[in-house]
Amino acid sequence: MARMKFLCDADRCIECNACVTACKNEHEVPWGINRRRVITINDGRPGERSVSMACMHCTDAPCAAVCPVNCFYTTADAVVLHSKDLCIGCGYCFYACPFGAPQYPRVGNFGSRGKMDKCTFCAGGPEADNTQAEFVKYGTNRLAEGKLPLCAEMCSTKSLLAGDGEIIAQIYRERVVKRGYGSGAWGWRTAYRETIAT
Amino acid sequence: MTAFFTRVRNAVGVLVLLAAVVVAIPASAQQQKSSDGSVNPTASSVREEQLFKEMNRISGRCTLPDQKACTLEQPAGRDWRHFHQVTLPWIGAIVILGMLAVLVLFYLIRGMVRIEHGRSGRTLVRFNAFERFVHWMTAVCFIVLALSGLNITFGKDLLLPLIGPEAFTGWSQWAKYAHNYLSFPFTIGVVLIFLIWLAGNIPDRTDVEWLKEGGGIVGNQHPPAKRFNAGQKMIYWIVVLGGGAVAITGYLLMFPFWGTSIAGMQTAQVIHGIVGVLFVAAMLGHIYIGTIGMEGAFEAMGTGTVDENWAKQHHSVWLEEEKAKGHVEATPPGRMQPAE
Repeated sequence: MARMKFLCDADRCIECNACVTACKNEHEVPWGINRRRVITINDGRPGERSVSMACMHCTDAPCAAVCPVNCFYTTADAVVLHSKDLCIGCGYCFYACPFGAPQYPRVGNFGSRGKMDKCTFCAGGPEADNTQAEFVKYGTNRLAEGKLPLCAEMCSTKSLLAGDGEIIAQIYRERVVKRGYGSGAWGWRTAYRETIAT
Repeated sequence: MTAFFTRVRNAVGVLVLLAAVVVAIPASAQQQKSSDGSVNPTASSVREEQLFKEMNRISGRCTLPDQKACTLEQPAGRDWRHFHQVTLPWIGAIVILGMLAVLVLFYLIRGMVRIEHGRSGRTLVRFNAFERFVHWMTAVCFIVLALSGLNITFGKDLLLPLIGPEAFTGWSQWAKYAHNYLSFPFTIGVVLIFLIWLAGNIPDRTDVEWLKEGGGIVGNQHPPAKRFNAGQKMIYWIVVLGGGAVAITGYLLMFPFWGTSIAGMQTAQVIHGIVGVLFVAAMLGHIYIGTIGMEGAFEAMGTGTVDENWAKQHHSVWLEEEKAKGHVEATPPGRMQPAE
């Protein structure tokens, strides 16, 4: 099976936020939750770069390790998913996540945050594929339909790549060789303990 | 003539401008071109490694209303994960199991500390109804808080395999609510404990003597003590300071981002976890001495009265003070307190 990864080519990202909008629309994500977001570093200064970030589906994911009820699981495609039926909304995954991916429907004090929500790599949840129950909790399951995540699919500059880690790393490497520069695969060292030599 | 000078002035101006541009080009060209002469727009771009060298997290600007989402990466979560998964379970297991082992060993060697001269039948009030109410409110809350807290750290390894994921989630959900809501009466209890018993818990000279003689725990001496001996004073300050620490850090976790950041909440959880397991270990010792460890001790917090001979043995100075105030009452032989 493939080892699914995200890669944001920061030299191509134009901060159009189409990935954010596509994700919210596809999965009917509730108000206040952004499974994906675009962050601009050094905004307005020379060398500013924008990076689209969501759950990176880490190798040996910290969220899964610290979860007190073990509600996380990793699919055969190395996508990190969780069960909202088991989640107790404690917030620990949020402390551990290096990418700020886990979010809660309520700002919830007194432990009433609600069930955690995060990017599913468009792969749904533990329910049967593409059922209404799965859609309501996790959104569509595009992977089960043989499609890749919508954020990357509709990226206007093909800055955001999603798919088999080997293949998207190769695409990125070729780009860097052809154009002569690249600011690196953001988040890869933190998420996968590896990086793409450029 | 005027027109000629105007032309000369314009020509000089143009030349100066050109010279300035020509001088400036090489400097900017060096930044924009790589070695083979091609344009490199990333020469001055931000780089992940460089940003991590400058600070341990990367933040930027985002257009979301939730500005906390503008943190791109915080690898510190990995360190917190190590604390939560490795350090805390080890500390917890060592101090709690260690305390249990010490108590079992102590009980086997020493057994229950008896009232040496038996019960006198005369009792005196040790804790009034309000004091006992505060104690038991705090104690009941503490037991629930301790069990639900330990569940967060140890539950998935000990309980989850036994009862299965659905049942464990159901229990953990209720445990979490109990942990959050019972923190309020617990905190009120800690504050009241601090206030009502502060006067008796200021360390003084008698504590030095008491500690020098091992508090009567080792051997059979009974060093003089006032209302609270040095051991009880230690428990008092553990409750006040430890309880204060878990309350403050707990509320920081319960109210996310109220005055803290993610890093702040990670630190709060570290303090909460360590103080919590130490607190549990200390309270195991307290429960031991208050129940099977010492004859006549439980009734002080049960019925509120203690036997005069118990007081003479453990709190001789306090007994003298109470006698001077005329607080010791003689119980008729027919109405003896049952031993608890």
